[in-house]
Amino acid sequence: MARDAVLRVADLQTHFFTFGGARVVRAVDGVSFTLHAGETLGLVGESGSGKTTTCLSIVGLLPRAGRIVGGSVLFEGADLTRKSQRELRRIRGRRIAVILQDPMASLNPLFTIFRQVAEPAFFHQHLRGRSLRERVQSLLRAVRIPSPEWRMREYPHQMSGGMRQRIVGAIALAGGPRLVIADEPTTNLDVTIQAQYLDLLKDIQRETGVALIFVTHNLGIVAKMCDRVAVMYAGKLVEQAPVRELFDAPKHPYTRALLGSMPKLGSKEPLYSIRGHPPNLASLPSGCSFHPRCPDVMPRCMTEEPRDFRPGDGSVARCWLLDDVLTRS
Amino acid sequence: MSQFIIRRILYSVVTLFILSATIFLIVRLTGDPVALMAEASARPEDLERIRHQWGLDRSWPVQYATFMQNALTGELGKSFNYRLPVSELYFQRLPNSLTLGLAATLISLLIGIPAGIISAVKVNTAWDNVAKGVALLGLSIPGFWLGLVLILVFSVWLRWLPTSGSGDWRHVVMPALALGWYFAASMLRLTRSSMLEVLGSEYIKLARLKGLPDFVVIAMHAFKNALIPVFTLAGVNMVVMVNAAVIIEVIFAWPGIGRLLYEGIFQRDFPLVQGVVIMAGFMIIGINLFVDVLYAFIDPRIRLSR
Repeated sequence: MARDAVLRVADLQTHFFTFGGARVVRAVDGVSFTLHAGETLGLVGESGSGKTTTCLSIVGLLPRAGRIVGGSVLFEGADLTRKSQRELRRIRGRRIAVILQDPMASLNPLFTIFRQVAEPAFFHQHLRGRSLRERVQSLLRAVRIPSPEWRMREYPHQMSGGMRQRIVGAIALAGGPRLVIADEPTTNLDVTIQAQYLDLLKDIQRETGVALIFVTHNLGIVAKMCDRVAVMYAGKLVEQAPVRELFDAPKHPYTRALLGSMPKLGSKEPLYSIRGHPPNLASLPSGCSFHPRCPDVMPRCMTEEPRDFRPGDGSVARCWLLDDVLTRS
Repeated sequence: MSQFIIRRILYSVVTLFILSATIFLIVRLTGDPVALMAEASARPEDLERIRHQWGLDRSWPVQYATFMQNALTGELGKSFNYRLPVSELYFQRLPNSLTLGLAATLISLLIGIPAGIISAVKVNTAWDNVAKGVALLGLSIPGFWLGLVLILVFSVWLRWLPTSGSGDWRHVVMPALALGWYFAASMLRLTRSSMLEVLGSEYIKLARLKGLPDFVVIAMHAFKNALIPVFTLAGVNMVVMVNAAVIIEVIFAWPGIGRLLYEGIFQRDFPLVQGVVIMAGFMIIGINLFVDVLYAFIDPRIRLSR
């Protein structure tokens, strides 16, 4: 890929310090990935695997206890981890937009749709008066809100969930972003609305060439939306691959388990469930974090942490199984 | 909207009715006012004559009916002690109480709301701890003790302010501080918890993700949402400060409604106590109605759902 990367995250480490630093939670531990314009990366994993923390680290809006302790986030060539909050504010909402998961809760109940959609254009592009109104209307049209000139005077509670999530989409587009991070944007929507919304995101991406990070635990959505998939487990990326490769030939036992737990049409086999529970991030198991739950565990998994292996089909996986496969061939 | 106001007014009438019956019964449980007023040597037939004159010889239901009948025409009866209409006494004192109550409300808002916001925005920092300390002191130091300390410091030692009485603004400073102190603390705590709740919401997260300046996020997105419970408390607090600042008014010899009530209770002046309580009830209902209408202006969900 010759194009310049929009986002290059390298060895990102975000830890949470609680009890005055006595307890350290490695929420994100050495995550690396690259994203190009017009590309969609799916970020999948169980709850608490560090997906959302990864996203918040990119935009620099971590909760008070969280801190980026290592790595870099290169966005359009500049390292965001070194920027001040003031500089980050000029990037947030303008160059990088985030869509949160709950459309019911992510709009302010006391402000009109107009005001909420207008804010990024007002503060970043300094639009006022008529040009601001026109901008808001065109944004609402872009997310297919019918009769935007009327709808923009309404309040969030007058709209359905799907409509509200499209408004949130319009807010994301308001600054003309190069990167949109969508954190499970459809979890709280009806299935039919979900499909509509995903189509809309795809269309917008085609028109604007925006890069998209799609956080989800729904592998069906990943198959439909993403070019590449990154699988997170306990704060680490355990496998990253083009979407076809990941579904056809998953390398990491955890990815295989995830795919196995997905229901298939026509299959009467019981669903696979991963034994055990996700580990406590404050006291991770030794070696590979997945080893206590892994069906293919080997002695070295318990003591040595696997490094990244590249089997050559564009995928990267952190698993000792690949070491064996690669050295044998 | 008008339907909403009509319904609120109907509820208010019921509330006032219950309030009037309650206070009517309670003052009559305090004892016989005539026995209290009369000298020890007074003849029983004289006492009986006064009882008859004040209507206390009739049965309670009859007395209550008369009281309500008069109240509905705007007449709260005549004070036993002052021999003046209660409404005249009340409105004579009302400007003083309003001055004191409004000054104390202003103090409680000016201290409580900004400190509450800072405390919530800087949660778990030194700022927050200072604010929490202030709130604890405010809630635990009794107003009368603070009043006495203020008099000692500013009147006796420094001789800056007069100890008591009324006249110009200098008479208002200390009673307003002593009275507003507790309410400032309760306002601080409520503003803090209300702001904390709003600041943790998804729409505040989204507002930050939009890259809005902190000031806009806190002062507009968050504060407007945190304001509703704060307004309710402020309204009720103000009524309490206007009508029931009994201890502070007694300490500072402030000629307000609180002292009138205090005298009324001591002298078993039934019409006076009933009248003051009914008027306070009226004021609470009026303020609450006003606050409710204010909500509707702040919150579009209330505006349209009722």
